[in-house]
Amino acid sequence: MPTRRTKIPATKYPVERFSLDNGLRVVLTPDRSAPVIGVAVVYDVGIRSEPEGRTGFAHLFEHLMFQGSENLEKLAHFRHVQGAGGTFNGSTHLDYTDYFETLPSNALERALFLEADRMRGPRLTEENLRNQVDVVKEEIRVNVLNRPYGGFPWLTLPPVMFDTFPNAHDGYGSFDDLESATVADAADFFRRYYASGNAVLAVSGDIDVTEATELIERHFGDVPARPAPARPDFAEPDLTAERRRSYTDKLAPLPAVAGAWRVPDPLTDFTGYLPYVVLAEVLTDGDASRLVERLVQRDRTVTSLGGYLGFMGDPFDVRDPTALLLQAHLPPGGDVDKVLRTIDEELDRLATDGLTDGELARTQARMATHLLRDTDALLGRALRMAVLEQQRGEPGLLNELPRLVGEVTEEQVVAAAATLRPERRASIEVLAGGAR
Amino acid sequence: MTATVETGTRPLPPLGPNRRLKVPKQAERTLANGLTVIAVRRNAVPLVELRLWMPAGRTHLARGAMLAQTILAGTPTLSATQIAAELQKVGGALSAGLDPDRLMLSGASLGTGLDRMLEILADVLTGATYPGDWVETERDRLVDRIQVAQSQPAHLARTALLKRIYGRHPYAVQTPEPDQVRAVRPPALRRLHAERVHPAGAVLVLVGDVQPERAVDAAEKALAGWNGAGRAEELPPAPPLEPGPLLLVDRPGSVQSSLRIALPAVPRTHPDHAALQLANLLFGGYFSSRWVENIREDKGYTYGPHSLVEHSVAGSVLIAAAEVATEVTAPALLETTYELGRLAALPPKPEELEQARQYALGTLQLGMSTQTGLASLTSAYAGNGLRLDFLAEHASRLARATVDDVAEAAARYLAPAKAVTVVLGDAERIADSLATLGPVRTEAA
Repeated sequence: MPTRRTKIPATKYPVERFSLDNGLRVVLTPDRSAPVIGVAVVYDVGIRSEPEGRTGFAHLFEHLMFQGSENLEKLAHFRHVQGAGGTFNGSTHLDYTDYFETLPSNALERALFLEADRMRGPRLTEENLRNQVDVVKEEIRVNVLNRPYGGFPWLTLPPVMFDTFPNAHDGYGSFDDLESATVADAADFFRRYYASGNAVLAVSGDIDVTEATELIERHFGDVPARPAPARPDFAEPDLTAERRRSYTDKLAPLPAVAGAWRVPDPLTDFTGYLPYVVLAEVLTDGDASRLVERLVQRDRTVTSLGGYLGFMGDPFDVRDPTALLLQAHLPPGGDVDKVLRTIDEELDRLATDGLTDGELARTQARMATHLLRDTDALLGRALRMAVLEQQRGEPGLLNELPRLVGEVTEEQVVAAAATLRPERRASIEVLAGGAR
Repeated sequence: MTATVETGTRPLPPLGPNRRLKVPKQAERTLANGLTVIAVRRNAVPLVELRLWMPAGRTHLARGAMLAQTILAGTPTLSATQIAAELQKVGGALSAGLDPDRLMLSGASLGTGLDRMLEILADVLTGATYPGDWVETERDRLVDRIQVAQSQPAHLARTALLKRIYGRHPYAVQTPEPDQVRAVRPPALRRLHAERVHPAGAVLVLVGDVQPERAVDAAEKALAGWNGAGRAEELPPAPPLEPGPLLLVDRPGSVQSSLRIALPAVPRTHPDHAALQLANLLFGGYFSSRWVENIREDKGYTYGPHSLVEHSVAGSVLIAAAEVATEVTAPALLETTYELGRLAALPPKPEELEQARQYALGTLQLGMSTQTGLASLTSAYAGNGLRLDFLAEHASRLARATVDDVAEAAARYLAPAKAVTVVLGDAERIADSLATLGPVRTEAA
């Protein structure tokens, strides 16, 4: 007897969209339930767009956007946001770069002023550039060089899977490339990519739509109009033969492995893409998932396990080419070949025997919780909607995701599993150089 | 300098009027078995967050860690896999964690799944079975995790700092040794469960798309049968900091040094707390602080320096942490000491204090604007005997603190003479330059 399935709830966040004359696209999503707002500006440029010889430049440039602008001295941005009771940050992804604040809602106009000011132009100086190159090098040391598994697998797997510079290179950047960066490079990068026509502004939370619209016109209306640059084609053919590499991490105490398979284009074939998002969770979400049961509990060949879409774990804000990833840490002396073979075997079993009763429904219910939880924070809502607007022209898709995930069928998940063949897989193995 | 934009003269827009801090709708009840239940309404998404805080002071380290690792591994009616699957059906999951103060069970589910999540929680609390095969697997996994932790500089630095500041107090060691973990057997876990997993003194917090009274009713219905027996343990007060030579922990080959500085602090309810919190913000508690502006934005020594007042049941401590490039370890420490000394010896500027005050007040609002933020805050407060209405009192103390109050707090708590300093890094490369600043004692990691 099939088990009764839990009804998947939906959010009804309102969405207002419009564009300014200079091409800036705007998304507003009011919610008066707390006196807080989220403000996000997303530029359609990321790691994939940085020039050869300038690895890490998109991220370095993100840092430079905080170093002062037309009306703001260095340090002023931070002080004005935090002095209004808010928090801020920015982050660089494969296909976009975001800048954002969460603030008490009485700081709405201030936040708009700050974002508009740097959209008109950051103060790019030699001194600020050298300072931020130093800061970024320390960031890379903290996150990659001075710790075990640094950059695994988001920096170490793409060069196995991909052949072209945009998709394969190290997005944090080499120290040589970072040190070679110039103010002129930064000015070019800004002119080309940080155009009003290449940006989306999203504001969520305690706002009045009419008032917010007026304030946005006032502050962003005279940002000079520049069109979005043509986006290059980053496409690469799928793999036809297995690729595998390994490297020694001298700090790592345990072996680890990550494998990836290409998935359908998330933008042009969303229906074909979604079953892979669900499949990753069927395989790895919690103690009742297939690979955890098999590899962690039964075989004990793996000590921890994860599965997700996109090298940065970003299923709904990445463009093609992208991948489904599985990653595992192994016990001391663990056998990576055996783990990969078992994963193949489990994928086969799924493709052949299908899912068990209720397996899909419970996974979908859990995914709904994750999706909803991400949008509870106003900032999460603004960021997600900004990227959905930028990449799809469809910010309201955020409201639909739990339902769309819930509508993926068993047949689709099984068909997706059948495509994850060893000959389409790229994998990277970490040899435990720090094993004791 | 080649500036790329003309400087302009547009004025910074002023802030609108401050919004009042509004505590959300809530209900509270203490059940006959001693469990306190607090339910708070925030319904922006149709979910519910759950936090169960159980006092766990003086728990045997390895057994406690293994109990957290295996408490969800089975009940008389459900296997571990079934527990996970049943929770998933309502969009839920539970996890357990232990620190020297508490055992915490936390999770979230769809709002409609609250009853089922509570039912499973009750099964686990009253009937966790600690099956042998599962315990064996989890023992190995915990040992693996500890090994990974021990290869992380942040973990090693914290371990050394805790040992240095807490001496013989139970807070001194918070991670068990692999051999101790390997010795844990299921009967010891069942015994520990019977002794320590009990409702007296525990607090269950539910936050989300719920009617608070109804959520408390649901918790009472599910958990009234949880047994009240068990043993309570008092933690001794944490010892005062004892300044001494800088402790240099050697990590050969390290490309950065992990700087950790402990300073005295007071609990949330202490009259100095608001002023101390503001003094900490001025020093290194937020990005626009003196320390961050100095060693990151001016000198480029580091990426993410930060300082924080950490509250535990047995005492509070201020900890400043930065990962700095190996070659600038001593200069970074010098600037750190300078900034602490400057704040302790000279009063801050009024506008600098205003900025920190706005940040402290604003982030209170931000913290309450999500279900997870509210759940964590409510639970942390309740674990320390406070309720959400303390927020309003804290906000008014923050609003009232004067330049003199903050200067006094800085002199009392942030003076470099009171600091306990630990540096983890490549001793061969940094010991000599650190020794130019003061006495150094070196240890192996």
